[in-house]
Amino acid sequence: MLELVTFSLLNGVVYGLLLFMLSSGLTLIWSMMGVLNFAHASMFMLGAYFSYQLGLAIGFWPALVIAPLLVGAVGAAVERFGLRHVHRQGHVGEILFTFGLAYLIAEVVIMVWGRNPIENRVPAAIDFPAFALFGTSYPFYKVLMMAISVGMFVFLWLAFKRTRIGLVIQAELTHPQMVSALGHDVPRVFVLVFAVGSALAAMAGVIGGFALLTEPNMAAALGPIVFVVVVVGGLGSIPGALVASMLIGIVQTFAVALDYSLLDLLRPLGVSMARSSPLYELCSIKVAQAAPILPYLLLVLMLILRPKGLMGTRET
Amino acid sequence: MSIRERARSAGAQITQGRNTRSAPGRPVSADAGAVRTYRSWIAAGVLLLVLPHVPGLDSSFGRSMLSQMGIAAVFALSYNLLLGQTGLLSFGHAVYFGLGAYAAIHLMRAINGGLPLPMPLVPLAGAAGGLAVGLVFGAVTTRRAGVVFALISLGVGELVFAAMRMLQGFSGGEEGITANRGRGPHVFGLDFASQLQVYYLIAFWTLVAAALMHFFMRTPVGRMCNAVRDNPERAEFVGYSAQRVRFTAFAVAAAFAGLAGGLHAVNYEIVAAEAVGAARSGTVLLMVYIGGVSNFVGAILGAVTITWLQVSLSDYTAAWQLYLGIFFMAIVLFAPGGLAGLVLMHAPILRTAAFRGLLRAYGIALFPALLMLAGAVMLLEINYRLSTQPEAGTRITLLRVAMDAATPWPWLAAALMLVAGFLAFRRAWPGVAAAWQRATEQAAAGGVP
Repeated sequence: MLELVTFSLLNGVVYGLLLFMLSSGLTLIWSMMGVLNFAHASMFMLGAYFSYQLGLAIGFWPALVIAPLLVGAVGAAVERFGLRHVHRQGHVGEILFTFGLAYLIAEVVIMVWGRNPIENRVPAAIDFPAFALFGTSYPFYKVLMMAISVGMFVFLWLAFKRTRIGLVIQAELTHPQMVSALGHDVPRVFVLVFAVGSALAAMAGVIGGFALLTEPNMAAALGPIVFVVVVVGGLGSIPGALVASMLIGIVQTFAVALDYSLLDLLRPLGVSMARSSPLYELCSIKVAQAAPILPYLLLVLMLILRPKGLMGTRET
Repeated sequence: MSIRERARSAGAQITQGRNTRSAPGRPVSADAGAVRTYRSWIAAGVLLLVLPHVPGLDSSFGRSMLSQMGIAAVFALSYNLLLGQTGLLSFGHAVYFGLGAYAAIHLMRAINGGLPLPMPLVPLAGAAGGLAVGLVFGAVTTRRAGVVFALISLGVGELVFAAMRMLQGFSGGEEGITANRGRGPHVFGLDFASQLQVYYLIAFWTLVAAALMHFFMRTPVGRMCNAVRDNPERAEFVGYSAQRVRFTAFAVAAAFAGLAGGLHAVNYEIVAAEAVGAARSGTVLLMVYIGGVSNFVGAILGAVTITWLQVSLSDYTAAWQLYLGIFFMAIVLFAPGGLAGLVLMHAPILRTAAFRGLLRAYGIALFPALLMLAGAVMLLEINYRLSTQPEAGTRITLLRVAMDAATPWPWLAAALMLVAGFLAFRRAWPGVAAAWQRATEQAAAGGVP
């Protein structure tokens, strides 16, 4: 039991930190520009594919640096040459632009790398056991994932609190008109935030690509979960994104490990149910089967009951 | 002033400026307008009656495509009620389509089991199912508009999709559940063994649904939907609860989406979990936006165009989804009014003398545009073929032109066409812009000079 709890916790934290790297950029983009960026998870996918391709040519470590930079450049170009022009059409136009972009990026990925999952294995350079727990070894690459995500959080936090541009971004979150009235180049800050957010997502893709399956569908599978994290954490709040990512990562990992159903829970209380009962199917669903539902249930409840999110400063 | 009158005048006040029909200088009497709509409905009915016998569409394939178009049109029109008329951007409209389809297929199974109900009424069960689910979810999701609504709809969509995959007994999961539309009481001898009979059933319900939705938008509630879309604050000041109006529109849209789902169940005789999936929600958004948001005919145009692309373009190229994506992006970037918007843009200048000049400019710009398009298509096709079907080799035939992608020549030719077309198009475009300018100036000055 202890073994199960420890490993579920470790895996939950790794998954949560991965979600955090994705959601930290999205929460900034969203709260500053008001854009529900559907293409954010696509940047994650591009990161995974770019690093795979670069890894073949120049090895894992250089790819870890270069792939996020490339995707960051893609993100900057998307903002500068696409999003800025649909800004005039209001939020619906912007959302639809990113929606179409996500669709298009998935199609381009299919065009370049094919429809099937690519063989994105853990590189030999980081594929060795880091330590052993209960006789089971824990791989080094998962430790590396944790280290990189935590490093990213510290970097973001310092950049946010200690640098001039960080202060401008913070001011922008609450008083956008005032910031531009003071003479700051708001569009340039937008490009910067978009580029950094995309690069962060790509970094998550580089280290998460081989933990998950690298295939053209991965963006569509992960995208909605990232929205959940941002809403639950609170718009524009980086600590909120961290807390929510951990929450969802751990809840989902634990739920998958639980092989109980509502019926199992009620049985000790003397409740039994015939197979023919209409409620039987509903009550016999195992928690593990219901795991995919949990984040969306959380999203809907959060939006209805507390639209601010856990640590947000203003409503979604 | 009665409540109805108040609603009418309030709606009219708030939506003024959008209502082109009552624009000053072009008075149209209410009676004349009514006669015109009356006539266009009869024309639409005759068209639906004749279509499956038009050469080219009179095959089983053509009739099946027409049936799909009808279903898509009802679904797109119901989405247009939400996005176009009430301003609610939903990413989960397929929930109501899919659950309506499930309600219908379960009723069909009951009829197969001996329930004495005629099959043509089955789509109504879909509508009832969609309405019931719409009332439940609408009550909590329409409290807010804008981005929050978009997000909740996304969450509900994912939630229901995951639930459908879980509840195997109700939904059949990925494999779905089946029923037989032929087994039941045959009213007027209709056994729905031929696609033609199914088509006429779908056409009938499509016409009824389209007419109902059209007239719903002309009721005081429908006008208030427009008001809430354009200025919710003002609508509240006039004395309406914006949430109530959104809720009503949402429930009506869900009912019609359910009707479309019911037609889907009758047409395919199978409903699977993908009927409520995000892909279907995305497709209906594409249809309505490409056709033209907040335009009644635009939604139908979009549904017909996208269904046609899905059915026939997929026969010619494996990359059709890529083209669909590019098409959508082009509309978002360059023609936010959609196809209907493009057509309507030309309506005021049709009668000006400069319109001929504009047509000539279009003609000149068309050649480089086609060249550019051909180059881009060739590049995409070669790439797509090589990456998705590597086992098929490098010899490719495009439009009866054979080429070998292992040599650099096809690539060079395609790139050359793309670049040359682009440069020529850039030179031709100012001509179009100038002609457009002349035409709009003449139209503004009073039509024919």
